[in-house]
Amino acid sequence: MFNRTPIAPLEYTRKLWMRSWVGLTMLFLYAPLILLMIFSFNDSKRNVVWKGFTLKYYEKALNNDSLVEALVNSLTIAALATNVSLVIGALAAVALWRFQFPFKGLVEGTMSLPIIVPEICLGVAFLIFFAKVDWPTDLPWPLNLSAITIAHITFCFPFVAMVVRARLASFNKEEEEAAKDLGATEWQAFRDVLLPHIRPALVAGALLAFTLSLDDFVITFFTSGPDTITFPVKVYSMVRFSVTPEVNAASTILILLTVILTFIALKLQGVKGIAETH
Amino acid sequence: MSGALQDWKSQKKPFAAVVSAPVFWLALFFVAPMAIVWLYSFGQNAGPVDIEISGTLDNYKRATEWLYVSIFLKSFAVAALTTLLCLIIGFPVAMAITFAAPKWRPWLLLGIMLPFWTNLLIRTYALMALMGTNGYMNKGLAGLWEGASWLRTLVGMQPLEAWTPVQLLYNNFAVVLGLVYVHLPFMVLPLYSALDRLDKSLIEASLDLGAGHFKTFMQIVVPLAAPGIVAGVMITLIPALGAYLTPDLMGGTDSQMIANVIERQFKRANDWPFGAALSFLLIYAMFILIAFQSMRANKVKEV
Amino acid sequence: MTQAKQPIIQIRNVSKRFGKVTAVDNISLDILAGEFFVLLGPSGCGKTTLLRMIAGFEMPTEGQIIIDGQDMSLVPPNKRPVNMVFQSYAVFPHMNVTDNVGYGLRISGVSKGEIRDRVAEALELVKLGGFEDRMPDQMSGGQRQRVALARSLVMRPKVLLLDEPLSALDAKLRAQMQFELADLQDKVGITFVTVTHDQDEALSMASRVAVINKGEVAQLAPPADLYEYPANRFVADFVGSVNIFEGKLTLDEPDKAAVDCPGLGKIYLNHGVTGPHGADVWVALRPEKIYLHVPGEGKAVRAAAQDAPDGHNLARGTIKGMSYLGDITLYEIQLEGGQMIRVSRPNLSRHDQEDFTWDDKVSMHWRADSPVVLLS
Repeated sequence: MFNRTPIAPLEYTRKLWMRSWVGLTMLFLYAPLILLMIFSFNDSKRNVVWKGFTLKYYEKALNNDSLVEALVNSLTIAALATNVSLVIGALAAVALWRFQFPFKGLVEGTMSLPIIVPEICLGVAFLIFFAKVDWPTDLPWPLNLSAITIAHITFCFPFVAMVVRARLASFNKEEEEAAKDLGATEWQAFRDVLLPHIRPALVAGALLAFTLSLDDFVITFFTSGPDTITFPVKVYSMVRFSVTPEVNAASTILILLTVILTFIALKLQGVKGIAETH
Repeated sequence: MSGALQDWKSQKKPFAAVVSAPVFWLALFFVAPMAIVWLYSFGQNAGPVDIEISGTLDNYKRATEWLYVSIFLKSFAVAALTTLLCLIIGFPVAMAITFAAPKWRPWLLLGIMLPFWTNLLIRTYALMALMGTNGYMNKGLAGLWEGASWLRTLVGMQPLEAWTPVQLLYNNFAVVLGLVYVHLPFMVLPLYSALDRLDKSLIEASLDLGAGHFKTFMQIVVPLAAPGIVAGVMITLIPALGAYLTPDLMGGTDSQMIANVIERQFKRANDWPFGAALSFLLIYAMFILIAFQSMRANKVKEV
Repeated sequence: MTQAKQPIIQIRNVSKRFGKVTAVDNISLDILAGEFFVLLGPSGCGKTTLLRMIAGFEMPTEGQIIIDGQDMSLVPPNKRPVNMVFQSYAVFPHMNVTDNVGYGLRISGVSKGEIRDRVAEALELVKLGGFEDRMPDQMSGGQRQRVALARSLVMRPKVLLLDEPLSALDAKLRAQMQFELADLQDKVGITFVTVTHDQDEALSMASRVAVINKGEVAQLAPPADLYEYPANRFVADFVGSVNIFEGKLTLDEPDKAAVDCPGLGKIYLNHGVTGPHGADVWVALRPEKIYLHVPGEGKAVRAAAQDAPDGHNLARGTIKGMSYLGDITLYEIQLEGGQMIRVSRPNLSRHDQEDFTWDDKVSMHWRADSPVVLLS
């Protein structure tokens, strides 16, 4: 990093104050997470002093049935919501990109609302809705997750549609026409030409939907019945009532899961592709 | 390169195939629930579980009481302060990413995005652990305090009294810090994409014509990055205004924001019609913000 | 050019490395006050890097740049007495023409009245009177370039730097701007330093040209010298079209020299070249300096000229390709030795292009002062 050449005017990143600024910002963003991860291995009830390495809180967390159940529920909901969102979102994107139809503006506007409307409002809407229609709450697993899953799909699929539509904008319609010219039917042209083109957007949209679903607390908080608990809701109640090292351990597991997912996304898309999604 | 749109009538079957599922879903699981909330906001409790939709405006009247107006104003102030801090912290970071060497740029971007992908609750919790009375932030402050005390003894003054841990959590400061922590990536990414599109030779031209870095920043970079700044502000301000988790976990009794008040109507206070009215007022506030932005965007286009 | 010929920019042993890539390799040259100096070279040769170092946007890894007697090492671009016209023009899109041109003056705190006068004067100079309130997106590329020019000239810099000023213009406009730039430079008397990859541009505008190759100066000379007396094969080949033949120097005296080129025969020059006897050298011969005629006729023409010994500066071949370009016709001729040679012939009358056609046997000759012997 030592470079004798004087700093050129636009080499902002070689300026000390700029480097410190970025460094401090990164510290601000990461220090809490890293400390949390480190102290999940700390052999002490009270969080602050290092008392030696232990895995006992991981053991405790993994033996905590309701915590594990919450995690399994969260992952199940995320997987279901991602798949359905992907299909509905992609269809919506294709419909808006391809066709001119009456009330198109209305459909387009309504579809962007779940992104804009505050989570709390969406949450209470689902609370009232499921109460009003008497949605059954005593179904066996995994049907008892249906209400939460429906809610998650509603706020996930517009994001998928947005990402896919951005990708569709770069599609050359002549490719599809060429396929049809060579004898493909409407469906074959869609499957063989359009679908491969939007694949990167589907991957990005799936990751986005999965993360959003796994991340959601507020809407789930309002939608979940007394017996259906998700990981964020469980962690919330643990944080509310007592901060235990178990939460550190469980959080560390989820952080690592996120990092792994992000790196899979990186392998699939490259950093730039991910950046463009947002 | 996309050609003209197709009329739905010319291809009814494919159109029905792609459009029915999203529209059906949206109508049943978004429009219907929102419509019920909207109707409830004109209703009143008519028993322990029943709500009568009577067309009353009482809920909205009640929302104009000073207690609720002040909470609305306060939520707005907190969200605005959060957005401002995110802008101040985020702009140099976005600049640094834009002008970083190509091999560094993706990693810096990833550094900003990784927290964004991490669970919100966990991040809030991690920050709380850091800010607790036994947390590292207090330890750091204690160190500074002792350092100051030692400096005083050096110049022959009385040492300061012993450090007592301060309550950093459960107040308005904690809420703003928590919101900034959570929303910073939302601000940096749109700023970066605006700055990345900026022709670097415009900055060089300004420097070449005698402007210093600060003047160049104010006269060239900021005006040209304005769309990105507006996007970043909106994308930070809107979720911050409706934030529930951060004020709930990190705030004190006096730092409740509008989302917390809405939640209370549905859980503890059990006054759903009033909660519904507050909820729609919050949505209307968002609409006004977005309308302002699009008006501004149109104006820029006309000029 | 009223000023005395003294250097306004002195470049002293300047090198610039980006990581392992050397963009500029130990260049030293002087740019004189009041001249129209052109840095010419293929893309990636380091010429733009050199210009950007003069402007202050890149810092030399080694060496020193002195402008008007002052070392620029620690002087930021906004404090340098030079201004630049960018390749993309970099006209500020959010300001109208007046605000763009007045930007630098506003920054340096010039009074409003003076700004108004100087902006008007600068716009007049670049023939943009009447465009004061236009926004850049309402102007053509050529007009935006004039804004960029006016914006720099209004600062009255000691040196005006132009980075590929004509590359984004279409052919007709480019030709017109070449003249206008040269004219403008003459009018304002400011030193112009231009970077280009286009040899026509360099030859038509410059008072002196530095040809840059791989970060080094291949030759520094006025345009005519560059064309008529290239210093090496790179310059001969890069500036204009040329035939190059390898040979051995067999005769080298102060007033005559000869090179034996396998396939082309003996080449005689009416001046010495001061190269080591028997050395491997190259002979450059421009296509337009070769006379073409029907076999047999050539000897008679040559006998009249009498400028080379018998058997020298003569060649025979067969026309293998020709392209009619209007003002001239280009011939690709295969020599008896098998090599190809390019000859161009002006179409002085309407029927000249009918004189020769494919597969015609032709003979060629050239004057003894036409070939250039290159040692590297």
